[in-house]
Amino acid sequence: MGNLLTIRGLALEAGPRRSPTRLLRGIDLDLDRGEVLGLVGESGAGKSTAGLAAMGHVRDGVRVAAGSVEFDGQDLLRLPRGRLRRLHGRHLSYVAQSAAASFNPAHRLIDQVTEAPRLHRVASRKAAQADAVALFSQMHLPDPGGIGARYPHQVSGGQLQRAMTAMAMTCRPGLIVFDEPTTALDVTTQIEVLGAIRDAVEEHGTAAIYISHDLAVVAQMADRICVMKDGLVVETAPTRTMLDAPREDYTRSLWSVRSFRRPEAEAPAPEPLLEGRGVTAAYGRVRVLHGLDFAFARGRTTAVVGESGSGKSTLARVLAGLLPPEAGEVVWGGEPMEMRLARRGSGTLRHVQMIYQSADTALNPRHAIRRILSRPVRRFTGRRGAALEARVGELMDQVELDRALLDRRPGELSGGQKQRVGIARALAAEPEFVICDEVTSALDQLVAEGILRLLVGLQRELGLTFMFITHDLAVVEAIAHHVIVLENGRIVEQGGRDDIFERPRHPYTRRLLASVPRMDPDWLDRARTRDLQPHA
Amino acid sequence: MSKIQRLVLGRLALGLLTLFAVSLLMFAGLEFLPGDLAQQILGQSATPDTVAAFRAELGLDQPPHIRYLDWLGGVARGDLGNSLASGRPVTDLIGPRLANTLFLAGYAAAIAVPLAVGLGLMAALWRNTAFDRGANLGALSAISMPEFFVAYLLILFLSIKAGLFPTLARIDMASGPVDALHATFLPALTLILVVVAHMMRMTRAAIINVLASPYIEMARLKGVSRRRVILVHALPNALAPIVNVVALNLAYLIVGVVVVEVVFSYPGLGQLLVDAVSSRDLPIVQAVGLVFAAVYITLNVLADIASMIANPRLRHGS
Repeated sequence: MGNLLTIRGLALEAGPRRSPTRLLRGIDLDLDRGEVLGLVGESGAGKSTAGLAAMGHVRDGVRVAAGSVEFDGQDLLRLPRGRLRRLHGRHLSYVAQSAAASFNPAHRLIDQVTEAPRLHRVASRKAAQADAVALFSQMHLPDPGGIGARYPHQVSGGQLQRAMTAMAMTCRPGLIVFDEPTTALDVTTQIEVLGAIRDAVEEHGTAAIYISHDLAVVAQMADRICVMKDGLVVETAPTRTMLDAPREDYTRSLWSVRSFRRPEAEAPAPEPLLEGRGVTAAYGRVRVLHGLDFAFARGRTTAVVGESGSGKSTLARVLAGLLPPEAGEVVWGGEPMEMRLARRGSGTLRHVQMIYQSADTALNPRHAIRRILSRPVRRFTGRRGAALEARVGELMDQVELDRALLDRRPGELSGGQKQRVGIARALAAEPEFVICDEVTSALDQLVAEGILRLLVGLQRELGLTFMFITHDLAVVEAIAHHVIVLENGRIVEQGGRDDIFERPRHPYTRRLLASVPRMDPDWLDRARTRDLQPHA
Repeated sequence: MSKIQRLVLGRLALGLLTLFAVSLLMFAGLEFLPGDLAQQILGQSATPDTVAAFRAELGLDQPPHIRYLDWLGGVARGDLGNSLASGRPVTDLIGPRLANTLFLAGYAAAIAVPLAVGLGLMAALWRNTAFDRGANLGALSAISMPEFFVAYLLILFLSIKAGLFPTLARIDMASGPVDALHATFLPALTLILVVVAHMMRMTRAAIINVLASPYIEMARLKGVSRRRVILVHALPNALAPIVNVVALNLAYLIVGVVVVEVVFSYPGLGQLLVDAVSSRDLPIVQAVGLVFAAVYITLNVLADIASMIANPRLRHGS
């Protein structure tokens, strides 16, 4: 058997022994030397747990209920801790989702990158540092000789992610587990990191497990794909077979989830509800928005897209009244709008509402849903007693939630349900203009699609005007009427959705669109040959 | 000027401002004490003329703000005035007492701080084991007893029964440092027992808090040993809270030891303060209060500065 890794009947559980939460319910996985296996599934499917278990690592509070993980002939789950530790970093290594959180803020990069070879006595300090510099340059990091002297906070997220891949490579391990390594990155950065990871894996003949919720990304990286759901393997097949002919219904539903499109044929854009002229904003002395001119058409969805740091959220803060602009004016229905929150009348406060990215942190965990919704209803519409009660129930109907959930707290709801409560809370004020800040980014694709359908329906029913902030261009394509592209605080292009997507004029827009992974295993190769100048 | 230099200077300036505010409050507080100082010192039988003359001599006939400015000017020149009781300069009275207090505090700190941080690190390393529970239980029991009670227990067992140490901590530097350390061992041990628990538990909590970070999991997955994870990966990121709690306890060792000093009749600042309050020797009360405030503020400022320097984001701008 040339098998490097053989997982058989692996079951993991957590929580009380009598009624445990079953994280993995008996999975089998095989990996050959030099092979890349993609693990795909929604959150809670057990991908990360399986990836860590492949290294013999289970997190605190998690127990092995059954099964074995055989790596190179040794059962990792039954090795004494010291022996396992000698494998970690040496023969098995890990690349985590957030490089910013996975590098120790107190130490220089080079010391962290060379820690494993020094501890495992693979190389002397000097040799390890020279090797790290070589790996840095192979990962296309700028200034490979000098970047190691920096601390993590001095290096961008995309560069850190590449440095972490270099760190995983230092001992030339037999297996690397990549756990969503590009999920936190912008698309244009993601494409560079994906390319660098694939080159490195190919060059060193390393076997890898590549975990992602994004099928299009996995399709670029993996030789075989394994789809997981609820702690079980749904199906496993070579990448092309899996993309062209998935056998299971669940796999097909994952594949088709990106097919949602707002129904076409709407009337031409009406007059703008809100218009900005020369809007300029700054945090202290750092100017973030530079003279933006924009308009949000009444009853339409305008998507604001751009990478992190482009000023999307700052624009939302300006319109919400949280950050008064330095210059420029905003006109609401023909009248100048008060930009300082404290001076806004209740009318303006009521008409501008927000839905947040993370419903987890935007809802008070100690309040029941009824209280979360009643407060804005009372505050903005003055309803009391039975009328208040009726309105709260109606809001639950509008966001398609069971009224029985009113007495629950946010912690007892699923991610999608919580986001619906967030939407209902915004609707409670009976607003005209709703700022949606990355409202689907934290959700699984199937759940996100449900939220998008809900928002489109609400817009048609209530005539809402949406400002839709997102970095996810597939979402934009699905629901936007109008698109504003921001780069470094300037609008580089704006127009109708089809114009932007089919006839992008500005090079930045083109690069942004070209960087969105497609469900085609050759996409990365083509995208890179077309556009391989380093941008970092 | 770099960001960290600006922050450090700002913190120092704030410390000075706090000290100034404390001196003002202290002066005002003493001003509001009931009764006339000159009358009390001279007694009921003094004639009004004598009292008036004495008031003039003490400067009490001046309005309060003039007296405050006078006093502040004196402080700036290193002149804290004269004791009302003995007439000797306050600096002469305070100097040796301050040295004694610092000696005892330094003695206790030199043992307590490494012991507490070490125990805290070990408790974090072996958390939820018998060692962790035992260390927590011992430290908590020590802190739960009032310090005079701890002191009497130590005197009873180590001094009276075992005869190892003297009951009175008379310090005499002339007889050599070993004797001084021996003579003051019991008060030092009392203080150690009182301060270790707080520092140990904070160290343990700060380390365990950091252990939940993704970079700790990453270090483990690189094959780093548990000890190295705690010392190299967790400790540098937990320094700020640890340094702060250490500073707080050091300050306590200097300004909060009155009870222990009285029990062992140790000639420190605390005793001096108690005596001065009971004899209404206001210049001494003011001066000791100012010294205590300065110690407290200095240690806290130093802790803040140390936490800033321990933070690579502040040390190395982006």
